[in-house]
Amino acid sequence: MAALLYLAPAGLVLVLMMGYPLYQLVQISLYEYGQAQASGGAPLEFLGAGNYLTLLGDAQFWTVLVQTCLFAAVCVVGSLAVGIALAVLATRIRPLPRLLLFLAAIGAWATPAMAGSTVWLFLFDQDFGLVNEVLTGIGVDGAAGFSWTYDKYVAFGLVAAEVIWCSFPFVLVTTYAGLTGIPSEVVEAAALDGASAWRTARTVLLPMLRPVLVIATIQSIIWDFKIFTQIYVMTNGGGVAGQNLVLNVYAYQEAFAGADYGLGSAIGVVMTVLLVLITLAYLRAQRKDGAVA
Amino acid sequence: MRSSRKPRVADAVAVLVAAVVAFPLYWMVLSAFKPEGELLSTDPRPWTFAPTLDGFRRVFTVEGLGGYFVNSLVVAVAVVLLSVLLSFLAAVALTRFRFRGRTVLLVMVLVAQMVPVEALTIPLFFLMRQVGDVAPAFGLNHLGSLVLVHLAFSLPLAIWVLRGFVAAVPEELQEAATLDGAGRARFVWQVLFPLVAPGLVATSVLSFIHAWNDFLFAKTFIISATENQTLPMAILVFFTPEGNDWGAIMAGSTLMTIPVLVFFVLVQRKLVAGLAGAVKG
Repeated sequence: MAALLYLAPAGLVLVLMMGYPLYQLVQISLYEYGQAQASGGAPLEFLGAGNYLTLLGDAQFWTVLVQTCLFAAVCVVGSLAVGIALAVLATRIRPLPRLLLFLAAIGAWATPAMAGSTVWLFLFDQDFGLVNEVLTGIGVDGAAGFSWTYDKYVAFGLVAAEVIWCSFPFVLVTTYAGLTGIPSEVVEAAALDGASAWRTARTVLLPMLRPVLVIATIQSIIWDFKIFTQIYVMTNGGGVAGQNLVLNVYAYQEAFAGADYGLGSAIGVVMTVLLVLITLAYLRAQRKDGAVA
Repeated sequence: MRSSRKPRVADAVAVLVAAVVAFPLYWMVLSAFKPEGELLSTDPRPWTFAPTLDGFRRVFTVEGLGGYFVNSLVVAVAVVLLSVLLSFLAAVALTRFRFRGRTVLLVMVLVAQMVPVEALTIPLFFLMRQVGDVAPAFGLNHLGSLVLVHLAFSLPLAIWVLRGFVAAVPEELQEAATLDGAGRARFVWQVLFPLVAPGLVATSVLSFIHAWNDFLFAKTFIISATENQTLPMAILVFFTPEGNDWGAIMAGSTLMTIPVLVFFVLVQRKLVAGLAGAVKG
Protein backbone atom coordinates (compact mmCIF):
# COMPACT_ATOMS: atom_id res chain seq x y z
CA MET A 1 0.00 0.00 0.00
CA ALA A 2 2.76 2.40 0.97
CA ALA A 3 4.52 1.62 -2.31
CA LEU A 4 1.44 2.74 -4.18
CA LEU A 5 1.44 6.03 -2.31
CA TYR A 6 5.05 6.68 -3.25
CA LEU A 7 4.48 5.72 -6.86
CA ALA A 8 1.16 7.41 -7.45
CA PRO A 9 2.26 10.99 -8.18
CA ALA A 10 4.89 10.07 -10.78
CA GLY A 11 2.69 7.31 -12.17
CA LEU A 12 -0.25 9.63 -12.59
CA VAL A 13 1.79 12.24 -14.45
CA LEU A 14 3.37 9.60 -16.70
CA VAL A 15 0.10 7.90 -17.55
CA LEU A 16 -1.70 11.17 -18.22
CA MET A 17 1.10 12.96 -20.09
CA MET A 18 2.83 10.08 -21.83
CA GLY A 19 0.71 6.94 -21.87
CA TYR A 20 -2.56 8.55 -22.84
CA PRO A 21 -1.04 10.84 -25.52
CA LEU A 22 0.76 7.83 -27.00
CA TYR A 23 -2.57 6.05 -27.30
CA GLN A 24 -4.16 9.21 -28.69
CA LEU A 25 -1.38 9.62 -31.24
CA VAL A 26 -2.15 6.23 -32.72
CA GLN A 27 -5.86 6.94 -32.64
CA ILE A 28 -5.68 10.35 -34.33
CA SER A 29 -3.45 8.85 -37.02
CA LEU A 30 -6.34 6.60 -38.04
CA TYR A 31 -8.71 9.49 -38.71
CA GLU A 32 -9.22 12.29 -41.16
CA TYR A 33 -8.43 15.02 -38.67
CA GLY A 34 -8.18 18.54 -40.04
CA GLN A 35 -9.03 22.04 -38.88
CA ALA A 36 -12.78 21.38 -39.06
CA GLN A 37 -12.55 18.25 -36.93
CA ALA A 38 -10.19 19.88 -34.47
CA SER A 39 -12.63 22.69 -33.81
CA GLY A 40 -15.54 20.28 -33.60
CA GLY A 41 -17.16 21.64 -36.75
CA ALA A 42 -17.12 18.36 -38.63
CA PRO A 43 -17.56 14.75 -37.61
CA LEU A 44 -14.53 12.50 -37.44
CA GLU A 45 -14.04 10.23 -40.39
CA PHE A 46 -12.35 6.93 -39.76
CA LEU A 47 -9.68 6.28 -42.37
CA GLY A 48 -8.02 3.19 -40.96
CA ALA A 49 -4.66 2.95 -42.64
CA GLY A 50 -5.57 5.84 -44.95
CA ASN A 51 -3.05 8.33 -43.58
CA TYR A 52 -0.32 5.71 -43.67
CA LEU A 53 -1.15 4.83 -47.28
CA THR A 54 -0.95 8.52 -48.13
CA LEU A 55 2.50 8.62 -46.58
CA LEU A 56 3.66 5.47 -48.36
CA GLY A 57 2.62 6.94 -51.69
CA ASP A 58 4.21 10.32 -51.00
CA ALA A 59 7.67 10.75 -52.48
CA GLN A 60 8.47 13.57 -50.07
CA PHE A 61 7.81 11.34 -47.07
CA TRP A 62 10.37 8.80 -48.30
CA THR A 63 12.91 11.52 -48.94
CA VAL A 64 12.37 12.96 -45.46
CA LEU A 65 12.54 9.50 -43.89
CA VAL A 66 15.85 8.65 -45.56
CA GLN A 67 17.42 12.01 -44.82
CA THR A 68 16.29 11.87 -41.19
CA CYS A 69 18.10 8.55 -40.74
CA LEU A 70 21.22 9.73 -42.56
CA PHE A 71 21.30 13.04 -40.73
CA ALA A 72 20.89 11.32 -37.36
CA ALA A 73 23.55 8.75 -38.27
CA VAL A 74 26.05 11.47 -39.18
CA CYS A 75 25.33 13.32 -35.92
CA VAL A 76 25.58 10.18 -33.79
CA VAL A 77 28.81 8.95 -35.39
CA GLY A 78 30.24 12.46 -35.30
CA SER A 79 29.49 13.06 -31.62
CA LEU A 80 30.79 9.62 -30.66
CA ALA A 81 33.99 9.96 -32.68
CA VAL A 82 34.78 13.43 -31.37
CA GLY A 83 33.70 12.61 -27.81
CA ILE A 84 35.68 9.37 -27.56
CA ALA A 85 38.78 10.79 -29.24
CA LEU A 86 38.80 13.73 -26.84
CA ALA A 87 38.16 11.47 -23.84
CA VAL A 88 41.25 9.44 -24.74
CA LEU A 89 43.18 12.66 -25.26
CA ALA A 90 41.99 13.94 -21.89
CA THR A 91 43.54 10.97 -20.10
CA ARG A 92 46.96 11.84 -21.52
CA ILE A 93 47.27 15.53 -20.79
CA ARG A 94 48.17 17.69 -17.86
CA PRO A 95 45.49 18.99 -15.46
CA LEU A 96 45.37 22.56 -16.80
CA PRO A 97 44.77 21.75 -20.50
CA ARG A 98 42.29 19.12 -19.33
CA LEU A 99 40.42 21.67 -17.27
CA LEU A 100 40.28 24.03 -20.25
CA LEU A 101 39.04 21.26 -22.51
CA PHE A 102 36.32 20.27 -20.05
CA LEU A 103 35.26 23.87 -19.43
CA ALA A 104 34.89 24.47 -23.16
CA ALA A 105 32.98 21.23 -23.61
CA ILE A 106 30.68 22.00 -20.70
CA GLY A 107 30.06 25.43 -22.19
CA ALA A 108 28.99 23.91 -25.51
CA TRP A 109 26.92 21.30 -23.70
CA ALA A 110 25.14 23.89 -21.60
CA THR A 111 24.30 26.13 -24.54
CA PRO A 112 20.58 25.90 -25.25
CA ALA A 113 19.68 24.57 -28.69
CA MET A 114 18.15 27.90 -29.63
CA ALA A 115 21.24 29.90 -28.65
CA GLY A 116 23.60 27.41 -30.31
CA SER A 117 21.57 27.56 -33.50
CA THR A 118 21.54 31.34 -33.64
CA VAL A 119 25.25 31.80 -33.01
CA TRP A 120 26.23 29.14 -35.55
CA LEU A 121 23.93 30.81 -38.06
CA PHE A 122 25.57 34.12 -37.33
CA LEU A 123 29.09 32.69 -37.65
CA PHE A 124 28.11 31.27 -41.04
CA ASP A 125 25.98 34.23 -42.12
CA GLN A 126 26.15 34.96 -45.83
CA ASP A 127 26.98 38.65 -45.48
CA PHE A 128 28.15 39.32 -41.95
CA GLY A 129 29.51 35.97 -40.87
CA LEU A 130 33.02 35.48 -39.60
CA VAL A 131 33.57 32.23 -41.46
CA ASN A 132 33.05 33.65 -44.94
CA GLU A 133 35.27 36.57 -44.04
CA VAL A 134 38.08 34.34 -42.84
CA LEU A 135 37.77 32.06 -45.86
CA THR A 136 37.92 35.06 -48.16
CA GLY A 137 40.88 36.33 -46.18
CA ILE A 138 42.87 33.17 -46.79
CA GLY A 139 42.02 33.30 -50.47
CA VAL A 140 39.17 30.80 -50.88
CA ASP A 141 37.37 31.65 -54.10
CA GLY A 142 33.66 32.13 -53.87
CA ALA A 143 33.58 32.37 -50.09
CA ALA A 144 32.42 35.98 -50.15
CA GLY A 145 28.63 36.01 -49.91
CA PHE A 146 28.45 32.21 -49.91
CA SER A 147 25.16 30.96 -48.47
CA TRP A 148 25.55 28.05 -46.08
CA THR A 149 21.84 27.40 -45.90
CA TYR A 150 20.87 27.46 -49.58
CA ASP A 151 22.24 24.13 -50.78
CA LYS A 152 20.54 21.11 -49.21
CA TYR A 153 23.68 19.20 -48.24
CA VAL A 154 25.65 22.23 -47.12
CA ALA A 155 22.72 23.25 -44.92
CA PHE A 156 22.42 19.76 -43.44
CA GLY A 157 26.17 19.77 -42.86
CA LEU A 158 26.01 23.06 -41.01
CA VAL A 159 23.20 21.86 -38.75
CA ALA A 160 25.02 18.56 -38.15
CA ALA A 161 28.16 20.46 -37.15
CA GLU A 162 26.17 22.47 -34.60
CA VAL A 163 24.51 19.32 -33.28
CA ILE A 164 27.84 17.52 -32.91
CA TRP A 165 29.27 20.61 -31.20
CA CYS A 166 26.66 20.55 -28.47
CA SER A 167 26.30 16.78 -28.10
CA PHE A 168 29.88 15.45 -28.08
CA PRO A 169 30.46 16.76 -24.52
CA PHE A 170 28.06 14.19 -23.08
CA VAL A 171 30.06 11.43 -24.79
CA LEU A 172 33.33 13.00 -23.66
CA VAL A 173 32.28 13.26 -20.01
CA THR A 174 30.79 9.77 -19.73
CA THR A 175 33.61 8.09 -21.66
CA TYR A 176 36.24 9.93 -19.64
CA ALA A 177 34.54 8.81 -16.42
CA GLY A 178 34.57 5.27 -17.79
CA LEU A 179 38.23 5.44 -18.79
CA THR A 180 39.40 6.82 -15.45
CA GLY A 181 37.34 4.16 -13.70
CA ILE A 182 39.49 1.45 -15.22
CA PRO A 183 42.27 0.54 -12.78
CA SER A 184 45.70 1.33 -14.23
CA GLU A 185 46.94 -2.09 -13.07
CA VAL A 186 44.77 -3.70 -15.72
CA VAL A 187 46.41 -1.72 -18.49
CA GLU A 188 49.87 -2.28 -17.02
CA ALA A 189 49.24 -6.01 -16.76
CA ALA A 190 48.26 -6.11 -20.41
CA ALA A 191 51.43 -4.20 -21.34
CA LEU A 192 53.55 -6.60 -19.28
CA ASP A 193 51.98 -9.50 -21.13
CA GLY A 194 53.26 -7.89 -24.31
CA ALA A 195 49.94 -6.61 -25.70
CA SER A 196 50.18 -3.75 -28.18
CA ALA A 197 48.38 -0.49 -27.47
CA TRP A 198 45.77 -1.34 -30.11
CA ARG A 199 45.25 -4.83 -28.71
CA THR A 200 44.96 -3.46 -25.20
CA ALA A 201 42.38 -0.93 -26.36
CA ARG A 202 40.37 -3.54 -28.22
CA THR A 203 40.44 -6.48 -25.84
CA VAL A 204 40.86 -4.83 -22.45
CA LEU A 205 39.58 -1.26 -22.50
CA LEU A 206 36.70 -1.61 -24.93
CA PRO A 207 34.88 -4.39 -23.09
CA MET A 208 35.25 -2.48 -19.82
CA LEU A 209 33.98 0.68 -21.46
CA ARG A 210 31.09 -1.03 -23.20
CA PRO A 211 28.33 -0.15 -20.69
CA VAL A 212 29.28 3.51 -20.85
CA LEU A 213 29.50 3.53 -24.64
CA VAL A 214 26.15 1.78 -25.01
CA ILE A 215 24.47 4.47 -22.93
CA ALA A 216 26.23 7.28 -24.78
CA THR A 217 25.23 5.80 -28.13
CA ILE A 218 21.61 5.21 -27.19
CA GLN A 219 21.28 8.70 -25.80
CA SER A 220 22.80 10.10 -29.00
CA ILE A 221 20.48 8.09 -31.23
CA ILE A 222 17.42 9.13 -29.26
CA TRP A 223 18.54 12.73 -29.16
CA ASP A 224 19.68 13.15 -32.78
CA PHE A 225 16.80 11.29 -34.39
CA LYS A 226 14.19 13.75 -33.16
CA ILE A 227 15.99 17.04 -33.43
CA PHE A 228 13.64 19.93 -33.93
CA THR A 229 15.02 23.29 -32.79
CA GLN A 230 18.27 23.25 -34.77
CA ILE A 231 16.62 22.29 -38.05
CA TYR A 232 13.70 24.63 -37.51
CA VAL A 233 15.80 27.64 -36.62
CA MET A 234 18.88 27.12 -38.78
CA THR A 235 17.02 26.21 -41.98
CA ASN A 236 14.08 28.49 -41.29
CA GLY A 237 11.42 25.82 -40.82
CA GLY A 238 12.88 23.06 -42.99
CA GLY A 239 15.00 24.66 -45.67
CA VAL A 240 14.37 26.00 -49.16
CA ALA A 241 11.19 24.25 -50.41
CA GLY A 242 11.35 21.85 -47.46
CA GLN A 243 14.64 20.32 -48.61
CA ASN A 244 16.01 20.09 -45.06
CA LEU A 245 12.98 18.57 -43.37
CA VAL A 246 13.44 15.76 -40.87
CA LEU A 247 10.51 13.65 -39.61
CA ASN A 248 9.97 15.72 -36.49
CA VAL A 249 9.76 19.05 -38.29
CA TYR A 250 7.79 17.44 -41.12
CA ALA A 251 5.17 16.14 -38.67
CA TYR A 252 4.96 19.55 -37.04
CA GLN A 253 4.52 21.32 -40.37
CA GLU A 254 1.88 18.87 -41.61
CA ALA A 255 -0.08 19.12 -38.37
CA PHE A 256 0.16 22.71 -37.28
CA ALA A 257 0.95 24.60 -40.48
CA GLY A 258 -0.98 22.30 -42.82
CA ALA A 259 -3.76 21.58 -40.29
CA ASP A 260 -3.63 17.87 -41.03
CA TYR A 261 -3.37 16.39 -37.55
CA GLY A 262 -4.18 12.89 -38.77
CA LEU A 263 -1.27 12.79 -41.18
CA GLY A 264 1.01 14.53 -38.67
CA SER A 265 0.17 11.86 -36.10
CA ALA A 266 0.86 9.10 -38.59
CA ILE A 267 4.35 10.57 -39.08
CA GLY A 268 4.69 10.68 -35.30
CA VAL A 269 3.81 7.00 -35.06
CA VAL A 270 6.32 6.10 -37.78
CA MET A 271 8.96 8.11 -35.93
CA THR A 272 8.26 6.42 -32.61
CA VAL A 273 8.31 2.92 -34.10
CA LEU A 274 11.53 3.60 -36.00
CA LEU A 275 13.28 5.04 -32.98
CA VAL A 276 12.34 2.12 -30.78
CA LEU A 277 13.38 -0.37 -33.49
CA ILE A 278 16.75 1.30 -34.05
CA THR A 279 17.45 1.40 -30.32
CA LEU A 280 16.44 -2.23 -29.81
CA ALA A 281 18.46 -3.37 -32.82
CA TYR A 282 21.47 -1.54 -31.43
CA LEU A 283 21.01 -3.08 -27.99
CA ARG A 284 20.74 -6.53 -29.56
CA ALA A 285 23.81 -6.08 -31.69
CA GLN A 286 25.69 -4.99 -28.57
CA ARG A 287 24.59 -8.05 -26.66
CA LYS A 288 25.59 -10.42 -29.44
CA ASP A 289 28.88 -8.63 -29.79
CA GLY A 290 29.48 -8.90 -26.06
CA ALA A 291 28.74 -12.63 -26.05
CA VAL A 292 31.35 -13.21 -28.74
CA ALA A 293 34.08 -11.04 -27.25
CA MET B 1 62.54 11.71 -23.84
CA ARG B 2 59.56 10.45 -25.74
CA SER B 3 57.34 10.43 -22.73
CA SER B 4 58.10 14.04 -21.91
CA ARG B 5 57.56 15.33 -25.43
CA LYS B 6 54.43 13.45 -26.32
CA PRO B 7 52.20 14.98 -23.67
CA ARG B 8 53.23 18.46 -24.75
CA VAL B 9 51.84 17.89 -28.23
CA ALA B 10 48.71 16.41 -26.67
CA ASP B 11 48.44 19.41 -24.35
CA ALA B 12 48.68 21.81 -27.28
CA VAL B 13 46.07 19.88 -29.24
CA ALA B 14 43.74 19.92 -26.24
CA VAL B 15 44.10 23.66 -25.76
CA LEU B 16 43.49 24.25 -29.46
CA VAL B 17 40.38 22.07 -29.43
CA ALA B 18 39.14 23.85 -26.31
CA ALA B 19 39.55 27.20 -28.07
CA VAL B 20 37.63 26.02 -31.13
CA VAL B 21 34.84 24.52 -29.02
CA ALA B 22 34.53 27.64 -26.88
CA PHE B 23 34.71 30.04 -29.82
CA PRO B 24 30.99 30.13 -30.74
CA LEU B 25 30.20 31.07 -27.14
CA TYR B 26 32.82 33.81 -27.20
CA TRP B 27 31.44 35.09 -30.48
CA MET B 28 27.89 35.11 -29.14
CA VAL B 29 28.77 37.15 -26.06
CA LEU B 30 31.04 39.48 -28.03
CA SER B 31 28.38 40.06 -30.68
CA ALA B 32 25.80 40.78 -28.01
CA PHE B 33 27.92 43.77 -26.95
CA LYS B 34 28.95 44.98 -30.40
CA PRO B 35 27.40 48.14 -31.80
CA GLU B 36 25.17 47.72 -34.84
CA GLY B 37 27.75 49.15 -37.23
CA GLU B 38 30.38 46.58 -36.27
CA LEU B 39 27.90 43.70 -36.34
CA LEU B 40 26.65 44.44 -39.80
CA SER B 41 30.09 44.95 -41.20
CA THR B 42 31.50 42.69 -43.87
CA ASP B 43 34.76 42.84 -41.98
CA PRO B 44 33.99 41.27 -38.59
CA ARG B 45 36.63 41.71 -35.91
CA PRO B 46 37.18 39.34 -32.98
CA TRP B 47 37.04 42.24 -30.50
CA THR B 48 35.24 45.52 -30.07
CA PHE B 49 36.33 48.95 -28.91
CA ALA B 50 32.83 50.26 -28.40
CA PRO B 51 30.83 47.79 -26.31
CA THR B 52 27.17 48.70 -26.04
CA LEU B 53 24.05 47.41 -24.34
CA ASP B 54 21.83 48.35 -27.28
CA GLY B 55 21.16 44.75 -28.23
CA PHE B 56 20.04 43.93 -24.69
CA ARG B 57 17.97 47.11 -24.59
CA ARG B 58 16.14 46.08 -27.76
CA VAL B 59 15.28 42.61 -26.51
CA PHE B 60 14.01 43.98 -23.25
CA THR B 61 11.98 46.80 -24.73
CA VAL B 62 10.82 45.51 -28.09
CA GLU B 63 10.01 41.97 -27.07
CA GLY B 64 9.53 42.35 -23.33
CA LEU B 65 12.18 39.75 -22.83
CA GLY B 66 12.23 40.38 -19.08
CA GLY B 67 8.82 38.77 -18.81
CA TYR B 68 9.81 35.88 -21.08
CA PHE B 69 12.92 35.34 -18.99
CA VAL B 70 10.83 35.07 -15.83
CA ASN B 71 8.41 32.70 -17.58
CA SER B 72 11.23 30.40 -18.66
CA LEU B 73 12.63 30.46 -15.14
CA VAL B 74 9.27 29.73 -13.51
CA VAL B 75 8.67 26.74 -15.79
CA ALA B 76 12.18 25.32 -15.38
CA VAL B 77 12.30 25.73 -11.59
CA ALA B 78 8.81 24.26 -11.13
CA VAL B 79 9.79 21.28 -13.29
CA VAL B 80 12.99 20.73 -11.31
CA LEU B 81 11.31 20.87 -7.88
CA LEU B 82 8.42 18.64 -8.85
CA SER B 83 10.59 16.18 -10.72
CA VAL B 84 13.05 15.82 -7.82
CA LEU B 85 10.18 15.13 -5.45
CA LEU B 86 8.20 12.78 -7.65
CA SER B 87 11.14 10.83 -9.05
CA PHE B 88 12.67 10.39 -5.61
CA LEU B 89 9.44 8.96 -4.23
CA ALA B 90 9.07 6.66 -7.22
CA ALA B 91 12.71 5.56 -7.02
CA VAL B 92 12.29 4.71 -3.33
CA ALA B 93 9.16 2.69 -4.09
CA LEU B 94 10.91 0.83 -6.90
CA THR B 95 13.99 -0.09 -4.82
CA ARG B 96 12.88 -0.31 -1.19
CA PHE B 97 9.51 -1.99 -1.49
CA ARG B 98 8.74 -5.48 -2.66
CA PHE B 99 5.50 -5.76 -4.54
CA ARG B 100 4.04 -7.56 -7.52
CA GLY B 101 4.63 -5.98 -10.88
CA ARG B 102 7.77 -4.17 -9.77
CA THR B 103 9.88 -5.53 -12.59
CA VAL B 104 7.18 -4.66 -15.10
CA LEU B 105 7.15 -1.08 -13.81
CA LEU B 106 10.93 -0.87 -14.03
CA VAL B 107 10.86 -2.02 -17.63
CA MET B 108 8.15 0.54 -18.34
CA VAL B 109 10.31 3.31 -16.91
CA LEU B 110 13.13 2.17 -19.17
CA VAL B 111 10.88 2.05 -22.22
CA ALA B 112 9.41 5.47 -21.39
CA GLN B 113 12.88 6.94 -21.89
CA MET B 114 12.74 5.82 -25.50
CA VAL B 115 9.44 7.52 -26.31
CA PRO B 116 10.21 10.41 -28.66
CA VAL B 117 8.29 13.02 -26.74
CA GLU B 118 8.28 15.41 -29.67
CA ALA B 119 6.14 12.92 -31.56
CA LEU B 120 3.45 13.42 -28.93
CA THR B 121 3.06 17.14 -29.66
CA ILE B 122 -0.22 16.70 -31.51
CA PRO B 123 -2.15 14.63 -28.92
CA LEU B 124 -0.67 16.77 -26.13
CA PHE B 125 -1.94 19.88 -27.87
CA PHE B 126 -5.47 18.47 -27.82
CA LEU B 127 -5.05 17.19 -24.27
CA MET B 128 -3.97 20.62 -23.09
CA ARG B 129 -6.98 22.16 -24.73
CA GLN B 130 -9.19 19.82 -22.72
CA VAL B 131 -7.22 20.41 -19.53
CA GLY B 132 -7.72 24.13 -20.06
CA ASP B 133 -11.49 23.68 -19.78
CA VAL B 134 -11.10 22.22 -16.30
CA ALA B 135 -7.96 23.93 -14.96
CA PRO B 136 -7.07 26.95 -17.10
CA ALA B 137 -3.67 27.42 -15.46
CA PHE B 138 -2.56 24.07 -16.87
CA GLY B 139 -4.16 24.44 -20.29
CA LEU B 140 -3.11 25.98 -23.57
CA ASN B 141 -1.58 29.46 -23.40
CA HIS B 142 -0.57 28.97 -19.78
CA LEU B 143 2.77 28.10 -18.24
CA GLY B 144 1.26 25.19 -16.33
CA SER B 145 0.89 23.25 -19.56
CA LEU B 146 4.63 23.49 -20.17
CA VAL B 147 5.40 22.48 -16.59
CA LEU B 148 3.23 19.36 -16.90
CA VAL B 149 4.74 18.31 -20.21
CA HIS B 150 8.36 18.76 -19.16
CA LEU B 151 7.72 17.15 -15.79
CA ALA B 152 6.42 14.03 -17.51
CA PHE B 153 9.36 13.94 -19.89
CA SER B 154 12.03 14.36 -17.26
CA LEU B 155 10.57 11.77 -14.89
CA PRO B 156 11.64 8.50 -16.59
CA LEU B 157 15.34 9.37 -16.72
CA ALA B 158 15.23 10.94 -13.25
CA ILE B 159 13.59 7.84 -11.76
CA TRP B 160 16.14 5.63 -13.50
CA VAL B 161 19.14 7.61 -12.30
CA LEU B 162 17.85 7.95 -8.74
CA ARG B 163 17.00 4.26 -8.56
CA GLY B 164 20.70 3.50 -8.90
CA PHE B 165 21.54 5.88 -6.07
CA VAL B 166 18.86 4.64 -3.72
CA ALA B 167 19.84 1.03 -4.42
CA ALA B 168 23.45 1.86 -3.52
CA VAL B 169 22.45 2.82 0.04
CA PRO B 170 23.07 -0.29 2.16
CA GLU B 171 20.04 -2.05 3.65
CA GLU B 172 21.79 -2.13 7.03
CA LEU B 173 21.32 1.60 7.26
CA GLN B 174 17.60 1.18 7.20
CA GLU B 175 17.77 -1.55 9.83
CA ALA B 176 19.89 0.70 12.03
CA ALA B 177 17.44 3.53 11.59
CA THR B 178 14.54 1.26 12.47
CA LEU B 179 16.37 0.10 15.61
CA ASP B 180 16.83 3.73 16.56
CA GLY B 181 13.11 4.09 16.36
CA ALA B 182 12.86 6.01 13.09
CA GLY B 183 9.81 5.21 11.01
CA ARG B 184 9.99 4.58 7.29
CA ALA B 185 9.03 8.14 6.38
CA ARG B 186 11.72 9.58 8.59
CA PHE B 187 14.30 7.21 7.20
CA VAL B 188 13.33 8.12 3.64
CA TRP B 189 13.54 11.87 4.17
CA GLN B 190 16.29 12.23 6.75
CA VAL B 191 18.64 9.46 5.68
CA LEU B 192 17.96 8.48 2.07
CA PHE B 193 17.19 11.89 0.65
CA PRO B 194 20.53 13.52 1.62
CA LEU B 195 22.45 10.39 0.60
CA VAL B 196 21.17 10.47 -2.98
CA ALA B 197 21.97 14.19 -3.35
CA PRO B 198 24.45 13.70 -6.25
CA GLY B 199 21.77 11.88 -8.17
CA LEU B 200 19.27 14.62 -7.38
CA VAL B 201 21.69 17.24 -8.64
CA ALA B 202 22.34 15.36 -11.88
CA THR B 203 18.66 14.87 -12.60
CA SER B 204 17.88 18.47 -11.66
CA VAL B 205 20.36 19.79 -14.18
CA LEU B 206 18.96 17.58 -16.90
CA SER B 207 15.36 18.51 -16.10
CA PHE B 208 16.21 22.19 -15.88
CA ILE B 209 17.96 22.17 -19.25
CA HIS B 210 15.16 20.20 -20.84
CA ALA B 211 12.52 22.67 -19.73
CA TRP B 212 14.62 25.79 -20.21
CA ASN B 213 15.69 24.88 -23.75
CA ASP B 214 12.29 23.83 -24.98
CA PHE B 215 11.18 25.53 -28.13
CA LEU B 216 8.73 23.07 -29.70
CA PHE B 217 6.17 22.93 -26.90
CA ALA B 218 6.33 26.63 -26.14
CA LYS B 219 5.73 27.28 -29.83
CA THR B 220 2.82 24.84 -29.95
CA PHE B 221 1.07 25.46 -26.64
CA ILE B 222 1.43 29.20 -26.13
CA ILE B 223 -0.40 30.41 -29.20
CA SER B 224 -2.18 33.66 -28.44
CA ALA B 225 -1.07 34.67 -24.94
CA THR B 226 2.26 36.19 -25.92
CA GLU B 227 2.80 37.42 -22.35
CA ASN B 228 3.16 33.75 -21.39
CA GLN B 229 5.80 33.01 -24.01
CA THR B 230 9.22 31.72 -23.06
CA LEU B 231 12.68 32.91 -24.09
CA PRO B 232 13.32 30.93 -27.30
CA MET B 233 10.23 32.40 -28.94
CA ALA B 234 11.33 35.95 -28.11
CA ILE B 235 14.67 35.40 -29.83
CA LEU B 236 12.99 34.06 -32.96
CA VAL B 237 11.04 37.30 -33.39
CA PHE B 238 14.23 39.12 -34.39
CA PHE B 239 14.60 36.98 -37.48
CA THR B 240 12.74 38.90 -40.17
CA PRO B 241 12.64 38.73 -43.96
CA GLU B 242 13.87 42.34 -44.04
CA GLY B 243 17.02 41.36 -42.19
CA ASN B 244 17.96 39.73 -38.90
CA ASP B 245 18.62 41.90 -35.88
CA TRP B 246 21.81 40.03 -34.98
CA GLY B 247 22.61 42.28 -32.03
CA ALA B 248 19.30 41.50 -30.35
CA ILE B 249 19.47 37.82 -31.34
CA MET B 250 22.94 37.43 -29.82
CA ALA B 251 21.92 39.39 -26.70
CA GLY B 252 18.85 37.18 -26.24
CA SER B 253 20.89 34.04 -26.85
CA THR B 254 23.49 35.18 -24.32
CA LEU B 255 20.79 35.81 -21.73
CA MET B 256 19.35 32.40 -22.45
CA THR B 257 22.71 30.67 -22.06
CA ILE B 258 23.93 32.32 -18.87
CA PRO B 259 21.58 30.67 -16.34
CA VAL B 260 22.30 27.21 -17.73
CA LEU B 261 26.02 27.88 -17.81
CA VAL B 262 26.03 29.10 -14.22
CA PHE B 263 23.95 26.14 -13.09
CA PHE B 264 26.25 23.76 -14.95
CA VAL B 265 29.49 25.17 -13.63
CA LEU B 266 28.16 25.21 -10.06
CA VAL B 267 27.18 21.57 -10.12
CA GLN B 268 29.43 20.06 -12.77
CA ARG B 269 31.36 17.83 -10.36
CA LYS B 270 28.18 16.42 -8.89
CA LEU B 271 26.69 16.15 -12.35
CA VAL B 272 29.56 14.06 -13.63
CA ALA B 273 29.51 11.93 -10.48
CA GLY B 274 25.77 11.56 -10.87
CA LEU B 275 25.93 10.53 -14.51
CA ALA B 276 28.81 8.16 -13.84
CA GLY B 277 26.86 6.69 -10.93
CA ALA B 278 23.86 6.21 -13.16
CA VAL B 279 25.97 4.50 -15.78
CA LYS B 280 27.51 2.18 -13.23
CA GLY B 281 24.22 1.49 -11.47
